[in-house]
Amino acid sequence: MDPILLVLATLDGIAYAALVFLVAVGLTLIFGVMRILNVAHGGFYAIGAYAAASLVLSVSGADLNPWLTFPALLVAAGAVGAVLGLVIERGLLRHIYAKGEVLQLLVTFAAFMILEDVQRLVWGVQPYAATDPVRLLGTVEVMGIPYNAYQIILLPAIALLVLVGLRWFLRHTLSGKVITAVTEDRETAITVGIDARRVFTITFVIGAILASLGGALASPTTAIQLGLGAEMIVLSFAVVATAGLGQVEGAALAALLIGLGRSFAVYLVPELDVLIPYMIMVLVLLVRPQGLFAVAEKRRI
Amino acid sequence: MHRCLKLPVALALALFAGTAAAADKPETLTIGITGFLSGPASVFGEPARAASEILLDDLNRAGGIGGVPVTAIWVDEGAGGEHVLSEYRRLVQDVGVDAMFASISSGNCKKVAPLAEDLKILNIMWDCGTQKIFEENSYRYVFRTQANATPEMLSTLLYLLKTKPDFETIAVVNQDYAWGRDSWHIFSTALQRLKPGVRVVAELFPKFGAPDFSTEISRLLALRPDVILSTSWGGDLDNFVRQSVQRGLTERSTFVLPLMESSLQRIGPDMPEGVIVGGRGDHYFLHPEFRDDAAFTAFVERYHAATGEYPIYPVFHIAQALAALQGAYERAIAGNDGAWPDREQVVDAMEGLEFRGLGRTVRIRDDHQGVEDQMIGVTRRDPTYGFAVMDHMMIFPGAEITTPVGMDSTAWLENLPESILEIPVETYRHAE
Repeated sequence: MDPILLVLATLDGIAYAALVFLVAVGLTLIFGVMRILNVAHGGFYAIGAYAAASLVLSVSGADLNPWLTFPALLVAAGAVGAVLGLVIERGLLRHIYAKGEVLQLLVTFAAFMILEDVQRLVWGVQPYAATDPVRLLGTVEVMGIPYNAYQIILLPAIALLVLVGLRWFLRHTLSGKVITAVTEDRETAITVGIDARRVFTITFVIGAILASLGGALASPTTAIQLGLGAEMIVLSFAVVATAGLGQVEGAALAALLIGLGRSFAVYLVPELDVLIPYMIMVLVLLVRPQGLFAVAEKRRI
Repeated sequence: MHRCLKLPVALALALFAGTAAAADKPETLTIGITGFLSGPASVFGEPARAASEILLDDLNRAGGIGGVPVTAIWVDEGAGGEHVLSEYRRLVQDVGVDAMFASISSGNCKKVAPLAEDLKILNIMWDCGTQKIFEENSYRYVFRTQANATPEMLSTLLYLLKTKPDFETIAVVNQDYAWGRDSWHIFSTALQRLKPGVRVVAELFPKFGAPDFSTEISRLLALRPDVILSTSWGGDLDNFVRQSVQRGLTERSTFVLPLMESSLQRIGPDMPEGVIVGGRGDHYFLHPEFRDDAAFTAFVERYHAATGEYPIYPVFHIAQALAALQGAYERAIAGNDGAWPDREQVVDAMEGLEFRGLGRTVRIRDDHQGVEDQMIGVTRRDPTYGFAVMDHMMIFPGAEITTPVGMDSTAWLENLPESILEIPVETYRHAE
C-alpha cells in the first residue's frame, strides 16, 4: 500500500472512531454499572443529533455569531441527554431492575422504537442538515488531500477529552469512586451504605448525555434522517462487545480498531467495508469470549 | 330435442350477454397504494402521498372517473415486505379495492407482481425501477406507468457522452443494495460498449444509510477520477454530495447523479454548478415544455402551498399512475358503449394505453412496460430559488433508449448500435 494512502486511511479511521467511541462509551458505562444493555441508547444518539441540528439551524438562521453554533451543539446534547436519561431511568428502568435480562432488553428496545416515532412526529421524514460548524472550521490539507478540520482535529480531540475526563472522574472524584464500587461489586457497595439507586440514575444520565453528545457532534457532518439511531447502536454494540462489556478504556481502543479496520477496508477491499467491524468482533470473541479487556467475572456463591 | 334446447341456450346467452354488457357502477373507486411512509425512503413516499391527495381532490371535483369518485388507501412499505403482502391481500380480498398501485421498492414490486396475478387485480407499478420485472416474466394484471432503470441509466450515460466526451477514468459510489448494484451494471455495460477503454478506478458500495463518506471521499480525492457516478438517493445522496462539496471533490471530478432532482431542494445553495443530474423520467417542476402550461403550474403551486416544497419525481410518478388508471377506465367505458366496465375490461384497456400525467405522454407497450422520455440536465444556480435548478436539459425519446420488448437489458446493452449516440434529442435552456 502506498504510504500516502496509509496516512489517509489512518486519518479517516481516527475521525470515524472518535464518533463511534463517544456513543459506545456511554453504552458500556451503563452496562458496567447497571448490567442493562440499553438499546434506547441509539434513540438518545438520534434525538441528540436532531435537536442539535435544529438548534444550530436556528442559530444560523438568526442573525447571531455563527461560532455560537458550537456551544449550541453542547447545549442540545446536554439538554436531550439529561431529560431523556432522567425520564427513561425514573419512569421505566427503575421498575424493572429486579426483572430478567431479556425483559430489560425488550423494554429498552421498546423505548428505542418509541423514540424513533418521536423523531418522526417532531422532525418529520425529510433529512436535516446543519453543516455550519464544519464549514466554519474549514479544511486542512494533508498530502494534498483536503480534510475537514472538524472531523480530523475537533472530533478526536473531544473524544480524547471525554476519555481522559471519564477516567479522572471515575478514579479521583467521590461520585466516580462510588460508581466504580457499584460496577465492581454491587452487593458489597450497597452493604457499606452506597445508594445504588442514586448511582444508577447518575450513571444513566451521564451515559445518555454521552450518546446525545455523539449525535450532536455527528450532526454537522451528516444528514440527520430516520434510521440514524439503529445504524449507530448496532455498531456501538460491536465496539462494546469487542472491548468487553463495561470497559471504558477498552471501548476507546476497540473503536479505534474498528474505525481503522473500516477505513483500510475502503482503500484495500471496499467490498468488505460493511463487514469489517463485525469480522473484528467475531475474531476477538472467538479468542476472548469476554472481549479484549474484560476480566473474567468472579463467581459468587 | 332441438326445441328443448332452445330456451336454456337463449337464457344462458342472455345471461352471458348481460354480465358482459355492464358491471354495476360502484359508489366509489378505491385504490390501494403502497409507498414508504416511514424509514429513509419516506422522502419519496410522503411527497407522493401529499400529491395523491391534491390530484384525487382535483379529479373528484371534475366528476371522478366516469362519474365515480376515487379514494385511495395508503400502505406503509416501511413496515417491511411481509406487511406489504398481507396488507395487499387484505385490501384486495376484504376491502375490495378496484386497483392496486405497488410499489416504490423494486423488491416489493417483485413480490407483489405474482400476487396480483393470483388475485386477478390490476396492479400499476407506480415507482419501482427494476428492469427485470417484465424481462424475466410476463403478466396479465401488472403494468408499469413509467420507465425502468435501463433507459434511466442509458439517458444519463448518453448525456455524459454528448456533453463531456473526453473522460478517461470513472469511479462509482452507489448504495449497497439491488438498485445500487443493478444501476451500475447497466451504466457500466453501456459505457464499455459506447466508450471502450474508459478505466473504472474505484467501485465503492457503502452501506445503505451510511451517514459518513469521509473515507470514500479521501480515496476519490487521491484517485482523481475524471467522472464520479452515484445513483444514490435520499439522505445518502445528500450526505455524499455535501461531504464532497465540503472537501472540494466536486471541483476535481465531474459528478453524475441521476437521482439528484429529488435532493436539489434539500442541498440548497451548497449545490455546485455543472453537475449532471436527472429525475428518473422527464420529471421536473420547471419542465421546459410545460412550465407555462396552466394546469401544470396550478398543480405545482397547489403542491407548494400544501407542502412548502416543489414536487419531485415520485409526485410525477403517482400522477402518471392515476392518469393511466383514469385513461384505462375511460377507454374501457368507451369500448363498452358507455356502460361501466368490469375489471377484466379495464385490464384489457391498459394494453397499449397512452396517457399523460404531468410530463410528456407515456405509452404502455406489449410487455406492459411504460415508454417514458428521459430528461437530464446540469445544475445551475438561480437566485429566484434557494437551490440549484437544471440547465441545458436534454429530453431523450423513451422508445429509442428502452430495451426492446422480449429482450434482456444486458444483452441489448452489450450490443448497442453506435447510432444510439445520434438519436435526436430536444435541448432546452433554463428560463430565468
